[in-house]
Amino acid sequence: MQKRRLGVIVNPIAGMGGRVGLTGTVGRETLARARALGAAPVAPARAARAFALLRPLAETVELLAPPGTMGAELLRAVGLAVREVGRDPAADTSPEHTREAAEWMQRLGAELLLFAGGDGTARDILGVIGGRVPMLGIPTGVKMHSAVFAASPDAAGEVACAWFAPGGARIGLREAEVMDLDEEAIRAGRVSARLFGHAQVPHLPRLVQNAKAGPRPDDEAEIAALAGRLAAGMAPGRLYLLGPGTSTRRIAERLTLPKTLLGVDAILDRRLLAADLNENALLALLDEAPRPVTLIVGVTGGQGFLFGRGNQQLSPPVLRRIGRENIIVMAGAGKLGALDPPWLRADTGDPETDRWLSGYRRVETGPDRSMIMRLVA
Amino acid sequence: MTSNIKLPNYHGARWDEPVVMEMGVPGRRGAVFPAPAPAVAAAVGDAASLVPASMRRQDRPALPEMTEPDVLRHYLHLSQMVLGMMGISLFGTCTMKYNPRLNEWLQMRPELAELHPLQDESTMQGMLEIVHGLDLILRELSGMDQFVFQAAGGADAAYTQTCVTRGYFAARGELEQRNEIITTIQAHPCNPATAATAGFKVITLPLEENGYPSIEALKAALSPRTAALMTNNPDDMGIYNPQIREWVRLVHEAGGLAFYDHANFNGVMSKIRARDLGFDACMFMLHKTFGGAKGGGGPATGAYGCTAALAPFLPGPVVVKDGAGYRLDRNRPQSVGKVREFLGNLQVVLKAYSWCRAMGAEGIAEASDLSVLANNYMDKKLGQIRGLVRSHPKNTAHRMEMTRWGMGPLKEETGVNIFDVQNRMTDFGVDAFWLSHDPWVVPEPFTPEAGELWSKEDIDTWIAVIQRISDEAYSTPELVKNAPHKAAIAKLAPENLDDPAVWATTWRAYQRKRKGKAAA
Repeated sequence: MQKRRLGVIVNPIAGMGGRVGLTGTVGRETLARARALGAAPVAPARAARAFALLRPLAETVELLAPPGTMGAELLRAVGLAVREVGRDPAADTSPEHTREAAEWMQRLGAELLLFAGGDGTARDILGVIGGRVPMLGIPTGVKMHSAVFAASPDAAGEVACAWFAPGGARIGLREAEVMDLDEEAIRAGRVSARLFGHAQVPHLPRLVQNAKAGPRPDDEAEIAALAGRLAAGMAPGRLYLLGPGTSTRRIAERLTLPKTLLGVDAILDRRLLAADLNENALLALLDEAPRPVTLIVGVTGGQGFLFGRGNQQLSPPVLRRIGRENIIVMAGAGKLGALDPPWLRADTGDPETDRWLSGYRRVETGPDRSMIMRLVA
Repeated sequence: MTSNIKLPNYHGARWDEPVVMEMGVPGRRGAVFPAPAPAVAAAVGDAASLVPASMRRQDRPALPEMTEPDVLRHYLHLSQMVLGMMGISLFGTCTMKYNPRLNEWLQMRPELAELHPLQDESTMQGMLEIVHGLDLILRELSGMDQFVFQAAGGADAAYTQTCVTRGYFAARGELEQRNEIITTIQAHPCNPATAATAGFKVITLPLEENGYPSIEALKAALSPRTAALMTNNPDDMGIYNPQIREWVRLVHEAGGLAFYDHANFNGVMSKIRARDLGFDACMFMLHKTFGGAKGGGGPATGAYGCTAALAPFLPGPVVVKDGAGYRLDRNRPQSVGKVREFLGNLQVVLKAYSWCRAMGAEGIAEASDLSVLANNYMDKKLGQIRGLVRSHPKNTAHRMEMTRWGMGPLKEETGVNIFDVQNRMTDFGVDAFWLSHDPWVVPEPFTPEAGELWSKEDIDTWIAVIQRISDEAYSTPELVKNAPHKAAIAKLAPENLDDPAVWATTWRAYQRKRKGKAAA
């Protein structure tokens, strides 16, 4: 019987920029600068901790990894056998190497892609495998705005191990955002991010139930029910704008409408009025539409951003015209509870608008369930 | 920190016996009764015919056929394989207390044990006096005007609260408008759950840096739709919210009711009174704070008390003093009805009454002081152990009767998680600690509570166990990860612990799921 396959990719330079004050290590010049500033690789040591937890899989799972520092070396160092795929990057790893390895792993039928890196690595891999192969990040990068990372290297190892465990069917998959930050822009002093796409990420419910606590609230089910409630409650003649993300997509699903996952769509009388609107199109639409209109948005990534990450088309003028009180925020209680500190953030590029948005606001977490969250500029 | 405490050299009994249903041998009997004498048989006739035909079973019960000593031995072995609820158990939020044997003996007296709930109230005056007596004691401790004991636990008392809230606003014609209940993320999950069950929308306030929600968050939640606030104080972090008076004032200003979940009463009993802080109602756990048994040692009681304004809505009947005697007041047209049968679990009321009378006002105050002292002693010791962090470190106020701690750094640095530590604790014959309600707001949380029961030696032993496990996590993490090694049962594969397809709580379900047999 053919063994099940786990793909492993290490971006050995991920995280190098963090300690020397750079925002990432994408691009050869930046990497050279990081090295010149005395940066040392941090990813390998963290990745090795996750890999050590994969030892129980040695008999039953074939590990696929690029040669050398991008995986094979580290896996062998913890005593695991590896089938090498892709080219040896030697000393000069690049996004091309990552993409090529991901391509091979997909072709060889890997059931999970475990990678060590940051947002950039996540983006490179997702660009190849899309939602077809589940992926899971070992957190080693500088920027980890994406929601594909486990809480710690150990957690990543545990989840990967559980994925391949006999009877591992209890592990679910969740859709997680992969954010694409423009590092050039960040270094130029501007934050620019967009939602690159959604990955399938294995999700391990907490292993043991507490004796005194009931089952953990299920964000997915609560959000799906909330989406149904919001869809059913849509008033005739009122314009509804759905922001990017999977939470708002559930509303469109309830209306059996398509949804631009990474864009803003407009719905009127339960029909799709316009899809993937940019700022100008939104402003034009808001000029025509009868007031009030409702904007429904989710919370992006693991950092609690409401505006300014992945939804820049909801610009300050757009938000001002909609009005604070006409914005409905939906997010799972689990997602909100995981925010540390427990704040939502706005970074619209206009400090005045950020201040206007800030303060305490209600976030819908399920039907008839909400949390009061502090939004900080 | 090095410890000179000698750790318990415990080893659990491991009998590894089959389930009792698999133990029988056909034909074996526990007791064999002689056939009735002919005269008796003739007078009584066929005994089976005394049972109506519709109630007679068609097949013999599928019970194991065993002798009496076989049965006793089996259950003795099972009892040897648990820690017996008498070990060192600093099980936070549960206020573990010794349940005096005297009280267990009292509840077995025929005056209570043989009481029938439908017997005439003139024939149970003693019990009614005790119910009324505890009512008066709790009024004294809370400032409320009336207590009832019908609720069979904390969640049931919280449900009583949401029903009373509903009844109160319905009577005022405001129920449609006031359909929101505010609670905090650290309130016991029964608060949002019962609010939702009673038909209210639930608004949850998160904690901020100091470990309690901000006044601003509360203000953002309050509106003309507010029906009530349901909150604990201190909460499970052991942090007392010093702004609580202002909270209650704001809720009242918005037209809502304020409900004090006094599950964590131990550290403040006789120090503050819910009514003095402005609350309209509160609840006490007789099975926790008031010395009743808990954790399988007996049923629970959530004592619910409220102001005179809310009293007409209480579930009935209510025990009232009437001249020299006591009677059940059933004429309560505005009552929310029943939350439980009859007067509730009266044996717990009896034990709580007995506990209060034995402690006296001074004893209760002293117990409260001791519980806070013990916790702060423990708190200080835990701060010296590697890999542990106290919740909300910015809040430097001392904690009340318990403290939420976390082992996030230990997990990050060693891979040992909080469940591993729980498992390893039992290797020392010490009960695993309580973690946290969901959601976890502190990584790898645990919540010890020493209470007034445990001696300094007990607490030192418990601390030494935690210290040892921390040392092991950093030196030999596999030892902790694979624990328990000396307990009655080895580590369980956790993946399927709550999978209904795998686990069975009845013999029939076990046969169906595990053995592929049709239901017996």
